Amino acid sequence: MNDLLNRYGVFLTTVIIVLTAFWLLMLVVLPNIYLFENSFRPYLPVTEVGGPKDVYSLNNYLTFFDSPIHMNVFLWTVIYSSVVTVICFVIAYPLAYYLSKIADVRSLPLIFLMLFIPLWVSEILRAFAWFIVLALKGPLNASLIGMGIIETPIRWVTGFRGVLIGLVYTYVLFMLLPVYNAIQSLDTNQIEAAEDLGAPWWKTHLRVILPHSKPGIASGAVMVFMLSAGSILVPTLLASTNSRWFTEIIQQWMLESLDWNTGSAYAFLLLILCTVFVSVVMRVFRVKLSDIAK
Amino acid sequence: MRQKRSSDWLFHLYLVLFLVYMIAPLVVMGGAAFNDSKFPSVYPWVGWTDRWFVDLWNDSRMWTAFRNTIVVALAVVAISVPIGTAAAILINSISGSTRSFLYGLMVAPILTPGVVIGISTLLFWNTFGIGAGLHLSVLGQVSYIAAFVMLLVLARLQSFDRGLEEAALDLGASHAQVMRRILLPHLYPAIGAGAAIGFFQSIENFNVTQFTRGNSDTLTVYVFSKVRSGITPTINALALILIAFTLLCAVIYEVRRRSVARRA
Repeated sequence: MNDLLNRYGVFLTTVIIVLTAFWLLMLVVLPNIYLFENSFRPYLPVTEVGGPKDVYSLNNYLTFFDSPIHMNVFLWTVIYSSVVTVICFVIAYPLAYYLSKIADVRSLPLIFLMLFIPLWVSEILRAFAWFIVLALKGPLNASLIGMGIIETPIRWVTGFRGVLIGLVYTYVLFMLLPVYNAIQSLDTNQIEAAEDLGAPWWKTHLRVILPHSKPGIASGAVMVFMLSAGSILVPTLLASTNSRWFTEIIQQWMLESLDWNTGSAYAFLLLILCTVFVSVVMRVFRVKLSDIAK
Repeated sequence: MRQKRSSDWLFHLYLVLFLVYMIAPLVVMGGAAFNDSKFPSVYPWVGWTDRWFVDLWNDSRMWTAFRNTIVVALAVVAISVPIGTAAAILINSISGSTRSFLYGLMVAPILTPGVVIGISTLLFWNTFGIGAGLHLSVLGQVSYIAAFVMLLVLARLQSFDRGLEEAALDLGASHAQVMRRILLPHLYPAIGAGAAIGFFQSIENFNVTQFTRGNSDTLTVYVFSKVRSGITPTINALALILIAFTLLCAVIYEVRRRSVARRA
């Protein structure tokens, strides 16, 4: 604090502190406290808010734990978000390695330009693109039949398959970029040393490259999991009849039942899930928060 | 760079497949904008048409949503850039456990699902009688976009030479002059990048906006409701325009980057 005062004087220091305080208090901390507080209050008509019935209880959370359907949806959301995270890593890792250690440096700007276009196209359009591609009489089935690979059209969107395909496509770049950054910071001499000493290629990856890219993997895993579990657009557009996502239930409480209190209890459960995931990843990969947020 | 290997062609092939995987769906979606079929698809190809673009042009709801999106994005940039920059300067000047704690608070919104940000923003401001609307969408989006700006500016601050500030102060510059003439110019590249990222993030945002918007539309909400209520290829026409715009921005960025690199 004194440091700021010496460098920028009283006025500017005040401005800096006020701006930061506004952000952290009014936009981050207090809203979440209100979310927490509201999740313990009953849903009442406006006239009865603050009245005798407006007491704290666990009822909103009990609604969740009393409903096998909702718990089921929550569980499948966790499972499939984890599956999406793993698939994204499996797809992204070889590519990240290729881009950082093998590809011609001069061709990188063009490759990244091509990768950034889908990244900047909004999530809803990316989901919509797959909605068209995967249609029963759509281009994917038509070309597969045309190539003679399949004979009858495949129903792609059944169970969670459509959601899975859409989420992997939408978020794989959030895994690729941090892993690429991490591998790039590895001295290529270390890889060559391992190879000169006779390590087979898989051992070089297991012992040298993978450990070095841990912060990138952690960062990618956290982002992909959080974005997948929190996605509304992809599960809505690519859902089949039996693939509901937890966010859709939250949305139902908030926008259809207009029961904001139960809605906030459910939202809070989602927040806890993501917090737990972040802590587990930090523990497992032994990385700090500043390694993840880059 | 590693030595060339005989197995490298596998990686080249993998890259090409990955790029096709990334871009082909977008091409299919864009192509469907010209197909004269009521359901958006490129197959079967019914015939060439521009009527989806005409429909889109005549859709007044789309224009309102478009204007709202731009206004919200500009407001988000205008608020989150000063906040993010101030927060980065603040966190850079402290150390120890206070720093870790504040840093944790600042990056938390990035790791929070948009649904949660949207609902908490709605509940919080609603208790003060400020109801849902695009102003709340702006505040909700700022809460995590400011974090992106903070991270970018903080990274740039690492390469800042504090000796310059001290020298200026010793030579009699005022604090405001130090800020305006020395610190901020050093941070401009990061601030510019932060503004650009914030603008795009805001345009794309759906989750926060969906819960805070009230009855107003933004482009993503408009597309979402169109997709749910009955799909027509006007959405593909809009998608194609947006992709073309993105492509244009990306190319301009690349050309500028090359000319800067050539000069250096």
